[in-house]
This record gives sequence, C-alpha cells and structure tokens, in this order.
Amino acid sequence: MTLYFLNFVLLIIGLYALVVKRHIVKKILGVAIMEYAVNLFLILLGFRKSGIAPILTEDMDLATFIHTAVDPLPQALVLTSIVIGLGTLALMVAMAIRLYERYGTFDMDEINRLRG
Amino acid sequence: MDVVFLLHLLLVFMIIGAFITVEIKNMLSAVISIGAVGFTLSMAFLFLGAPDIAITQVIVEILSLILLIRATVNVDNVAIEEKGESVFHNRTALIFVGIILVFAWFAFQSLAPFGEPLMRVSDYYLNNGLIMVGATNFVTSVILDFRAYDTFGEAMVLFVSISGAFAILRRWKREQHKDFLRIDREH
Repeated sequence: MTLYFLNFVLLIIGLYALVVKRHIVKKILGVAIMEYAVNLFLILLGFRKSGIAPILTEDMDLATFIHTAVDPLPQALVLTSIVIGLGTLALMVAMAIRLYERYGTFDMDEINRLRG
Repeated sequence: MDVVFLLHLLLVFMIIGAFITVEIKNMLSAVISIGAVGFTLSMAFLFLGAPDIAITQVIVEILSLILLIRATVNVDNVAIEEKGESVFHNRTALIFVGIILVFAWFAFQSLAPFGEPLMRVSDYYLNNGLIMVGATNFVTSVILDFRAYDTFGEAMVLFVSISGAFAILRRWKREQHKDFLRIDREH
C-alpha cells in the first residue's frame, strides 16, 4: 500500500510541475514524470510476491510456472506505452523549439503576452 | 535484501530526483536529474520481474535525454524568475495536492493488496499461450498475438506523433514560402 502511495506522490510532483511552473521545458519534464509514475503503477499492480518474469525456460514445469509468474498483460501494454511516450516527448520538444525560435523565450506568460 | 524494501528505496530516490528536477534553477541540471529518475525506474522494472520493459526503458531514456538536451542547450538554460503573484498560485496548488493525497490514501485501500494480482484475463494467457502461440516469452505473445490490434493502434499513434514532430521541425517549406512573399513584394 505504501508503494502505491509513494508512486502517487511521484505523479503529483509531475502534476505540480505541469500546473505551476512557467518554463515550457519544466512543463515537459512534468509530463515525463507523470508518465513514469503511471507506467510504474501498472507494473506494480501486476506484481506477485516472490514472482518470476513471465518467460518460460526448459527446466521449468508449466503448472508451477503459472502460479509463480507475474502478470504479463500490464507489461505488454506498458511496453508500447513507453515507446509512445518517447514519440509524444519528441512532439512536445519540437513545439518548444519552434516557440523559442518564434518568440525568443521559454516563458509561457511572456509568450501569451507577446501573442496578444 | 527484500524486494519490497528495495522498491521503497528506489521509489524514494525517484521522488527526490523528481523534486530536484522540478525545483532546480539550471535547466541542464534538471534534464540530467530526470535522466537519473528514468534509469532508477528501469532498475525498479528489473526487480519487478519485467526485464523486457527494463531494456526498453533504458533505450527510450537515452533517446529522450538527447532530445531534452537539444531543447535546453544553446539557449539561456536558467529557469525563469518567479513573479510575486505566483506565491498565491503555489499555495493554492499545494493545498489541492494535499487534498488529493488524502483522498488517494483512502482510494488505495480498496485496491487489491500489493503482491496478489487479480489475473483474471492473464490466467487464460498463461494457460494457453504456449499451445496457441508457441512463444516462451508471454509478454511477446500478448503483444504480437493476443492483443495485436492494440499494438497496431499504438504503432499508429507513434507514427502520427513522430510525423507531427517532423512537420513542425521542417525548414524547407517555410523558406520557400518566404521566397514567394519576397517575390510578390518586389513586383
């Protein structure tokens, strides 16, 4: 239970950076921290005490393997989610670089003022 | 050492790293600090019995560090000075964070306890994966066979986001457009 709570604290730190900070790159870092927290939470949900990785080797028995392996389903979903996180991070960084070239600053309030 | 105790240590280290990332003034230091958080996350995946994800996380972390350093280097990498009015914003945000944390503590009581997953769907995959797919790595059999349509859709999302990044960062089209404008003005 405390692991879930610590994980949630990590998510909240990312949310705080996203809401309060004015630097665009700080906001992007906040989104990245939230991504880490969500991925880790899904993996924690599928963990089993003294479990092994869901990979079958030759010296294992299938019947005992089923009762000791951790949950493979969240791992499969998180695996693609991590790669998508890289794609969205690339998109956000590209937008930040363009905004810097256009306005000469990373400050969100300053960009809003210059635009208006 | 107990795995659960080790996970607590890793998570506390990640929280400290994330806090430094959010509050430090120098942007390059913030980016390096989030790299430390990501590699610690990869270690946590390794101890949670997910070696595939640990490897993927290391590779993705290196690439995202390169991207973020590209965004912060060559520009003024000092954080923006906080204005006086944002103290009120900070306090309001902290109060709401506290309320959310209290509610989350009660919400986590209703989850399944740590270490005993439900595995209603995964039991089917573990029982029949070897016969139906033939792969000994069950994560791979879920990705590429049982849930191949999900993987297809996620690959589509990845393609769209990467092509969006390219469309934003390309230069030749804009310069061409500028040339047209100049020609119009000259005539």
